[in-house]
Amino acid sequence: MSVLDWISAVLLALGVFVALTSAVGVLRMPDFFTRIHPAGKNDSLAQLLVLGALLLQATSWQVAVKLLMISAFLLVTTPSSTYAIARAALVDGRQPWTGDPPPEEASP
Amino acid sequence: MIHVYGAALLALLVSMFLFLGRAALGPTVYDRLLATNAFGTKTVIFVALLGFFAGRPEFLDMALVYALINFVTTVAVLKLVQEARLDR
Repeated sequence: MSVLDWISAVLLALGVFVALTSAVGVLRMPDFFTRIHPAGKNDSLAQLLVLGALLLQATSWQVAVKLLMISAFLLVTTPSSTYAIARAALVDGRQPWTGDPPPEEASP
Repeated sequence: MIHVYGAALLALLVSMFLFLGRAALGPTVYDRLLATNAFGTKTVIFVALLGFFAGRPEFLDMALVYALINFVTTVAVLKLVQEARLDR
């Protein structure tokens, strides 16, 4: 395993760690608006790390360009789609949970 | 390097099932939408990684197309949820 392999292995491990923590975060957060953070974290950080690790392993420039395109596209669209979902929830009258009373889980 | 890819693929698979759990449990429709959107992004990463694992660079095209479709689908479902119609 050359140095480049080690670097991409570490980046891959970090990316997968972020992905797993975001999955656990989405499961355990009490309210919808608090779940947006781990979901957004996965969309931006985990894919950056994993695709960055793959970028180091790219053998030809076409593969590298495709990886950059995927990463750039995801970086632009996932925050906007998460924003659209949050805005739709707010417009629908769902208030963020602010404190003591446990979040009343409305019916879907 | 292959075994590193394999371990990463398995871990990603586990996190994808966790997201499906949230999509199933999610009380509100917005939870489900959020989980499905994040699940789609994970599929993009999974397919890209699978391409490197199997040594097939054309998987990256599938990952890119899947990222496009995932975004459009989320916005379409959002419009359906908000206005209960898609034609206008």
